[in-house]
Amino acid sequence: MQLIYEKSVPGRRGVRLPASDVPSAAALPASLLRSEPAALAEVSELDLVRHFTNLSRRNFSVDTNFYPLGSCTMKYNAKVLENAAVLFAPFHPMTALLPGGTEFCQGTLGMLHDLGGMLADITGMDEVTTQPLAGAHGEMTGILLVAAYHAARGNKAKKKYVVVPDSSHGTNPASAAIAGYEIITVPTAPYGDMDLELFKKAMTDEVAAVMMTCPNTLGLFNPHIKEISDIAHSHDALMYYDGANLNAIMGKVKPGDVGFDVIHVNLHKTFGTPHGGGGPGSGPVGVKKGLIPFLPQPRILKDDQGRFQLEGKRPTSIGRTANFFGNFGVMVKAYAYMIMLGREGLVRVSEQAVLNANYIKERLKPYYDLPYDMTCMHECVFSASRQLAHGVHAIDIAKFLIDRGYHPPTVYFPMIVKEAIMIEPTETESKATMDAFIEVMIEAAKTAETDPQALHDAPLTMPISRLDETKAAREQNVCCQW
Amino acid sequence: MNDSHYCPHTPEEIGEMLTAIGVASVEELFAPIPAELRAKALTIPSGISEFETLARMQAIAGENAQGMTNYIGGGFYDHIIPTVIDHLSGRAEFYTAYTPYQPECSQGTLQALFEYQTAICRLTGLDVSNASLYDGGTACAEAAMMALRVTGRKKIIVDGCVNPFSRQVLKTYLFNLDVEIVEIAPVKGMLDRAGLAGVLDETVAAVLVQNPNFFGTVDDFSALAGQVHALGALLIASVYPISLGILKSPGEMGVDIAIGDGQSLGNPLSFGGPSFGFIAARKSFIRNMPGRIVGETVDRNGKRGFVLTLQAREQHIKRHKATSNICSNQGLCALRGLIFLSSVGRQGLADLARLNRDKAEYAKARLSRIPGVTVLQSAPTFNEFTLCLPASAETVVTGMLKEGIAAGVPLGPYYEGSDNCLVVTVTEKRSKKEIDHFARLLEAALCN
Repeated sequence: MQLIYEKSVPGRRGVRLPASDVPSAAALPASLLRSEPAALAEVSELDLVRHFTNLSRRNFSVDTNFYPLGSCTMKYNAKVLENAAVLFAPFHPMTALLPGGTEFCQGTLGMLHDLGGMLADITGMDEVTTQPLAGAHGEMTGILLVAAYHAARGNKAKKKYVVVPDSSHGTNPASAAIAGYEIITVPTAPYGDMDLELFKKAMTDEVAAVMMTCPNTLGLFNPHIKEISDIAHSHDALMYYDGANLNAIMGKVKPGDVGFDVIHVNLHKTFGTPHGGGGPGSGPVGVKKGLIPFLPQPRILKDDQGRFQLEGKRPTSIGRTANFFGNFGVMVKAYAYMIMLGREGLVRVSEQAVLNANYIKERLKPYYDLPYDMTCMHECVFSASRQLAHGVHAIDIAKFLIDRGYHPPTVYFPMIVKEAIMIEPTETESKATMDAFIEVMIEAAKTAETDPQALHDAPLTMPISRLDETKAAREQNVCCQW
Repeated sequence: MNDSHYCPHTPEEIGEMLTAIGVASVEELFAPIPAELRAKALTIPSGISEFETLARMQAIAGENAQGMTNYIGGGFYDHIIPTVIDHLSGRAEFYTAYTPYQPECSQGTLQALFEYQTAICRLTGLDVSNASLYDGGTACAEAAMMALRVTGRKKIIVDGCVNPFSRQVLKTYLFNLDVEIVEIAPVKGMLDRAGLAGVLDETVAAVLVQNPNFFGTVDDFSALAGQVHALGALLIASVYPISLGILKSPGEMGVDIAIGDGQSLGNPLSFGGPSFGFIAARKSFIRNMPGRIVGETVDRNGKRGFVLTLQAREQHIKRHKATSNICSNQGLCALRGLIFLSSVGRQGLADLARLNRDKAEYAKARLSRIPGVTVLQSAPTFNEFTLCLPASAETVVTGMLKEGIAAGVPLGPYYEGSDNCLVVTVTEKRSKKEIDHFARLLEAALCN
């Protein structure tokens, strides 16, 4: 398909601007002006609409295809949430920061406050900041809170390390490193979680925090979690909970109850807000009481009259992690989702997410290696190692699925599983959809034995076949040159 | 009755699935969670229908003041949004997809991001762009960290005229690192070049400036770029994309890394987000860029296609050695930015920028005719300018809010000794009639 710039015709326009009702201002000095207008596309409105509509048709999406992308919780995004978000489009965030401005923003501030309250209930935390803009941003915020906590106790120089299991999301070590910590990686034991004995050896008083995903990226709940948090606390290390997998445990276990001190939540995963082709997400962070003094500002407080106010300057705060109140439009959707589902609905979400994952796991077990064969939570991780004997890799199975109209599961993650295929169906998929997917996965396994080349050739039904990624990395052609 | 929102199974289906798994109940699947760790019941209220949900959300939105006339900016701007943007970014194939890890079934998102990167490069006059960052403030922090990596130095100089929220975000990102941030206090709403010269040396990784700056002042940093480069440091400029319709681009000034907030490009105010941050740089820095980058390539048949490229920089491959921790970014908002820029187009963006400046110049002249009111800066401005009032700006703003006017951003909370200063923003959406009304109310407020 042509690029929008290849459809551009000089002089064409896609929208008419309002006429001016004021005099033209004297021109700025030439030294402040650009030499010529930016070479943006010049297209009619219809050209524009057709271009982006046709581009959209080159995507798989939750609304068009089953999308069991493990670790990403690609559940159905209720349409009413979109209608809710636009109600808040006109509100300027600066209004709340003006003197006396909070009186004019009681709806929006109150919603953020209440959203924080509901998230605190689900996670077992004492207070939640809604400022972080995505999961990884929440992780970084959480680790900065940990750093502020240790600094306030005079331990900034002493606390040098963050402990991370090797099964963790890549964002965990990346976030901790950006926040100034060195990383200690603990391997996974045969029982599918961080090796407890190796963890004990790794723990010293120099560890600032332990970052855990629970259930972990193998989809398994760590039975030793309480013991791990007790050990961490005995070294004055804080427990960080990566909430990426919260969809598995709502109403079943609260991270705050099992020793976690700080948590981020991905609203775009668990709370049904759309992923947007790579964002916007939202990553609120919950903390236990001891960390409240360090929370970012502006912090929203409810006063004695039930009015929502912004807290004044608090020197212990880590400051700001984003310019305003976070990805507010995303939070509107998550809030609407939560009040709509309510407590019973949210528990049912976790129950059926876990049911669906176990169903797929059991049905596919005869055909694919399951390195950790036990009851999983919301996702299951297979290995294509059996298929590898026929020269077929996880990526080949993924491409075969595309030809059959399925977005592939996550492949090659977690890295601790060779040829990993990580399947997360979510609770919104029907049995019929999963049965059809299972049949295609079985077909892929059989084809691997009988006709491996067919899998190497896939996909054949898409606008393009497999791409030369080496060429892309070598040539670094990242913007249109004409 | 099946009242389970978006959970489709019937009891019969659940029964069949449990049989296939070989357990007696769903509860049995939660056995791996030790009994003593199990949660107490949630206290969230019971669920409601979507109709009731929407009514509740309408009631909440109704608790905010409606129809406020905005003369406030602070990084977010009240601009027109062409209607096609909602319709096109509202295509579920875009908004219910995720990061395009599988390029064959994600060419829509990938090509759009490639076109977005192209638009950002052309707007900023730089060579390479990523596929978006979170917002303008975090973009400042990412750019600073990029400069630290490129130079291997540990000091960032920040013009005090940079948005104070963005400066705060930068400080928050870096507080636990061994990095020094030096701020240069503004003089008359402009970069204090003498003050900067006093601290600029070969230990500096980068100088961060903003154009137009928080006071609204338009500057030319071309000479500064030369001075900075002579010391082996980088120049980072935060820019307001609408202004780039007419203002000298970062590339033309010799800036190394340009950043900014993309909200003004087709994203609603939405109480502060979601918007997107953009970052563009010289090509030699591409391996130090944060976040997703889309690159062009060919498929097995030689057909053009697009993929996520240079992923070896990123967290999912490099983990703690990644250039950034960013994963989800603001893809859909960046798409809106691309559609905005493609809708107004080459000449349209220039016209829009001029319209903003014309309105602001009219307002500046009108408001500064009020007795006792002067304009802080003698330098040119774009669509924001700073007024010096004969009274506390905070008091004036508080009073005007009751009239339905957000009169501007008082500088007192952000700059010591600036209690009477007010930054006023005037976009193309403000009519002459509204500006005249604003001027009359301000005059009345100041005479009292």
